[in-house]
Amino acid sequence: MTALIRKIWKLVVYVWQNTTRPAKHLSIGFLTLGGFVAGVIFWGGFNTALEVTNTETFCIGCHEMADNVFVELQSTIHYTNRSGVRATCPDCHVPHNWTDKIARKMQASKEVWGKLFGTINTREKFLAHRRRLAGHEWERMKANNSLECRNCHSVTGMDITQQSARAATAHQKFLFTGQKTCIDCHKGIAHELPDMTGVAGWE
Amino acid sequence: MKFPFFITVAGVLVLSGVIGSAYAEDIMTLRDGIAIDIEPKAPLMPKVENTDEKRVRNYPEQPPTIPHHVRSYEISTNANKCLSCHSRKRTGESQAPMISVTHFMDRDYQVLATVSPRRYFCNQCHVTQADTKPLVENMFIDVEDLLIEGKNN
Repeated sequence: MTALIRKIWKLVVYVWQNTTRPAKHLSIGFLTLGGFVAGVIFWGGFNTALEVTNTETFCIGCHEMADNVFVELQSTIHYTNRSGVRATCPDCHVPHNWTDKIARKMQASKEVWGKLFGTINTREKFLAHRRRLAGHEWERMKANNSLECRNCHSVTGMDITQQSARAATAHQKFLFTGQKTCIDCHKGIAHELPDMTGVAGWE
Repeated sequence: MKFPFFITVAGVLVLSGVIGSAYAEDIMTLRDGIAIDIEPKAPLMPKVENTDEKRVRNYPEQPPTIPHHVRSYEISTNANKCLSCHSRKRTGESQAPMISVTHFMDRDYQVLATVSPRRYFCNQCHVTQADTKPLVENMFIDVEDLLIEGKNN
């Protein structure tokens, strides 16, 4: 045991000594440019990989998404509409701002765990967890003032004269005054709802 | 009077033919006169009226028609989107008309605390309206007009 620890310690010391000493054979120009190029490649690769995980194809690569939430999305206005503008999974479920995006991606590692251990690998299990899962999204959107909605639907761009009377009244009364945010009233617009007993606004 | 068997059969066949062809003609008008084995061009989907204005009921017991869009409104065991505005507790914030008190009664007219399960599925009786040409002539007369007519006669 002590022999193993000593071996590892020796390796650490060796690596440290080598990294802190100036390079013997490589020029400073090579190291600077090489570091820059390697950095570009790494950063580009990282962002490319990140963007791949931000596509609908990636999301519905898992049957949990393809067979449950994606099917429900397809009949809604965010997927099929007269003008052909479509909101895909990441448009609503991944923040566009970089830091928030990375934070969300880190949270998503728990979803990888769920996938590996089959937390919602059947329709029945999915339905059993639906209230909790939907609750996470409602909380997230409540906390960021429905940012993902507002990426497309801005208050300033909203012409309430084009809306029906009841929609215009509701938006003037609750949205423009900041009393409520989009998700407070518009739950279940893109997916079926869980059991809404006890959810505010559904008494 | 007794008919021989074959005459009865023939009579039934002729009668059913007459009735059948009469029905066939009715169906033909709805199909725009296109034969049953030919698929006609689907008519355009009419737009749902979205004016938010109350419509007059044709008789007092008529379930009021819905004056707004209800696209993707979920009515299931989990949620009822209509009730999120029209339920008793929600009308303060929504200013929508409350579901009538008849919806709180069971089939024996016993008053319940909340919506009766048999009244839960709103669109079983309440429907949206579209501005379309009627497919068949409508000869409905409002009962008030009938009363006036009765008095005058």
